[in-house]
Amino acid sequence: MNVPDDLKYSKSHEWLRIEGPNGRVGITDHAQAELTDVVYVELPKVGAKVEAGQPVAVVESVKAASDIYTPVSGTIVEVNTALESNPALVNTDAFGGGWLFVVSVDAAPELDQLLAPAAYREQIA
Amino acid sequence: MTSSDSAPKKTPLYDRHLKAGAKIIDFGGWLMPVQYSGIVDEHHTVRNAVGVFDVSHMGEVFVRGPQAGAWLNSLLANNVRRLCPGQCQYTFLLNENAGVIDDLLLYRTAPEEYLLVVNASEIDKDVAWLRAHLAPGVELEDKSDDYAGLAVQGPRAVQLFERLFGDRHQPPARNEIMRIDTDCLTLLIARTGYTGEDGFEIFFAPEHAAAVWDDLLLHGADLGIKPCGLGARDTLRLEMCYPLYGSDLSLDRSPLEAGLSFFIDLEKPEFIGRGALLAQRTAGVSQRLVPFRMTDKSPPPRSHYGVFKNGEKIAETASGSLSPSLGAGIGMAYLPAAFARAGEAIEIEIRARRYPAVVEKRPLYRK
Repeated sequence: MNVPDDLKYSKSHEWLRIEGPNGRVGITDHAQAELTDVVYVELPKVGAKVEAGQPVAVVESVKAASDIYTPVSGTIVEVNTALESNPALVNTDAFGGGWLFVVSVDAAPELDQLLAPAAYREQIA
Repeated sequence: MTSSDSAPKKTPLYDRHLKAGAKIIDFGGWLMPVQYSGIVDEHHTVRNAVGVFDVSHMGEVFVRGPQAGAWLNSLLANNVRRLCPGQCQYTFLLNENAGVIDDLLLYRTAPEEYLLVVNASEIDKDVAWLRAHLAPGVELEDKSDDYAGLAVQGPRAVQLFERLFGDRHQPPARNEIMRIDTDCLTLLIARTGYTGEDGFEIFFAPEHAAAVWDDLLLHGADLGIKPCGLGARDTLRLEMCYPLYGSDLSLDRSPLEAGLSFFIDLEKPEFIGRGALLAQRTAGVSQRLVPFRMTDKSPPPRSHYGVFKNGEKIAETASGSLSPSLGAGIGMAYLPAAFARAGEAIEIEIRARRYPAVVEKRPLYRK
């Protein structure tokens, strides 16, 4: 399983890429493989205030709906509208075109609660 | 689900599933493959080529004896007397209230021998019910542990049959079953299935399961055969509006409410549940199971979602999924009779939002 070195990870299988004051969030390669064919993605509203660990998006496969949690608290600044017409991007490009949302990082110490790549690799091993 | 109280069971193909990359789930007390290559891919494989499903978890109950047919006819809702040896019918085991104890396929395997293929999670309940009603001249044998089963489904299934047996045998006709003896094993092969495609269901001794599985995959390779799991089995059956016991059928629903009157015979003399069915027919059912289809872009519907009409909740969905063939959400729900007709606009509530849907005719998918 691909676990890029430049990302932070949550125990619930989201990744976060730091982009200036914001974090871009998606689900990991491991998570997309477990969820299987993604057929629908429900995204948060831009401007929504969210708290770390709160379910903010839903990824649906043929078989099940899975909550996606924001790894950090902040405000949703952007969502990936490309997923509306092509939800399978979550499967085919989990760390790229399959990103879900961008959230402002309001409480930087929360980033320290996230897993480093090595620790996440250990979790899914 | 009596069998889920203890440790989950494995079919004789469990190791083959792991080797084929299956994701395994606990299904009614059985560790079963839910998918291998992916539900959507497996679904299309069955619609366009051929797929093989492990159905070894299903129950096989044999009923024999000079009174076997008459006795079964007093317990099953369809008319057993219409079955000639070698034929099969879909039928129900009902309680006195016409609630469905199980839905099953009944095969007449010999003049005085019948095979009941029942749902895996209901085997113990069915056998207990049958034993409690046993009559003289009837022998009942639960052979569920002595049979493995494979469903070979898809438009190329007949080609595969011809490759394997074509030099000696014609395939059975639709809804018929035949026995084939090879050098080392005996196969019961029925032209039945749960996908809406042509195909076969094959029953045989479990010690041969791996060899038969390997043989099918080998000889079907250039036909595009793939192993298929419970996920695709569910999307395929739902597109055809075949009910799933536990979701669409239960002790609380009758076959009349489920819209399956074609498979009950109220003209035949006494059988358990007949009185309740007659009363329901006279009074008219208050709810009926109907298929629906999402009309706008929406998340896939699933079971137990609210169904709304004119702003009021009128039902919950019984089944729901994305239909890979239609590219839309589909499902079934028991709706009040007034709304249970094709063309009726309804709404399905998904995470506190309502999405438009329309009641459809069966089946949802046609070739």
